[in-house]
Amino acid sequence: MGKVIVVTSGKGGVGKTTTTANIGTALAMMGQKVVMVDTDIGLRNLDVVLGLENRIVYDIVDAVRGNCRLKQALIKDKRLENMFLLPAAQTKDKTAVTSDQMVELCDKLKDEFDFVIIDCPAGIEHGFKNAIAGAEEAIVVTTPEVSAVRDADRIIGLLEAAEIRAPKLIINRIRVNMVKTGDMMSVEDILDILAVELLGIVPDDDAIVISTNRGEPTVLDSNSRPGEAFRNIARRICGEAVPLMSLDEKRGFFGKIKSLFAGD
Amino acid sequence: MGISGVLAKFFGKDTESEASKTVAKERLRLVLVHDRMDISEQTMDSLREDLIAVIGRYMEIDKDALEVSLTREDEGVALVANIPVLNLKRQPIDKSVIPED
Ligand SMILES: Nc1ncnc2c1ncn2[C@@H]1O[C@H](COP(=O)(O)OP(=O)(O)OP(=O)(O)O)[C@@H](O)[C@H]1O
Ligand SMILES: [Mg+2]
Repeated sequence: MGKVIVVTSGKGGVGKTTTTANIGTALAMMGQKVVMVDTDIGLRNLDVVLGLENRIVYDIVDAVRGNCRLKQALIKDKRLENMFLLPAAQTKDKTAVTSDQMVELCDKLKDEFDFVIIDCPAGIEHGFKNAIAGAEEAIVVTTPEVSAVRDADRIIGLLEAAEIRAPKLIINRIRVNMVKTGDMMSVEDILDILAVELLGIVPDDDAIVISTNRGEPTVLDSNSRPGEAFRNIARRICGEAVPLMSLDEKRGFFGKIKSLFAGD
Repeated sequence: MGISGVLAKFFGKDTESEASKTVAKERLRLVLVHDRMDISEQTMDSLREDLIAVIGRYMEIDKDALEVSLTREDEGVALVANIPVLNLKRQPIDKSVIPED
């Protein structure tokens, strides 16, 4: 029996889809059988981040309505044979899937997979309620900003009210130079405020933008810093005790030259 | 940031009080105290029961007239309790105040 984990945040654009794609891929690289479910109905995104947009025939609405068999709606990854995607529908009707249908869907998926990772839409409306309906565990993503941390606090409260206990936190887009000059809240500052368990930290890094452009999750690149961060997170999810990575940039010759021009 | 802040930054003397993250943390703290006021009836009920139990060890109070609420203040939130006391229990007397002969 697999685990159903929802990736959520409250505030939009903080990195839920990026996190889902990378954790899912990293778990699959570790040999786990993984399915990622995009519940952002009307704003399908996970397919392009994973580079699978050209393979979609059916979607989540087709699957829950019985327009196709569940197996037919699952898209097999082109790189890893034990990784699948259940894409969101691009319908206008955001209420096309009910909470009961989500619970049923998650129950079926966890019979087949080791991990069911659910990418939640922004907000606390219908889409959020659906995304968490079938989940047993939650990952809350935030960035080191006042508004994102505030929304994370709200989401943690809502998750607890829905009896999803002890959500774990990922702090995304950390910029170590700004933390050093005191112009960005540090990991400790944020943990102090939210009082939840930290699952991992991810640096703000161009590699994310580049990998998203290509539709290749950054964990596939063994030299990527955020890739390493997400691989560490996946190992922690599997119960390994992996220390937090140091955010200090490894600066080689070119890094130094670049930073001269960038003025930092 | 005022002129002195700019200068401090320029000379690399950015002090903790001027760091924007300090401002961010304080603003977050305040905003969350307000956000978290939205606590459930259930939580308030158990707070009320616990208060009755603790205070009841020292004095007899009017449980039905007891009022507990969270109110907004300028600098945050206050827990305000109005607890009518019916009778005070006799306290064990502190030995140190008994004069020795
Ligand atoms: N660590 C990072 N470094 C640099 N860019 C990042 C990082 N994480 C996310 N981004 C960028 O931020 C943008 C938003 O990310 P993403 O789509 O994953 O957020 P989201 O929370 O799923 O958004 P939405 O709420 O709209 O679903 C993307 O352009 C992504 O490439
Ligand atoms: Mg998204």
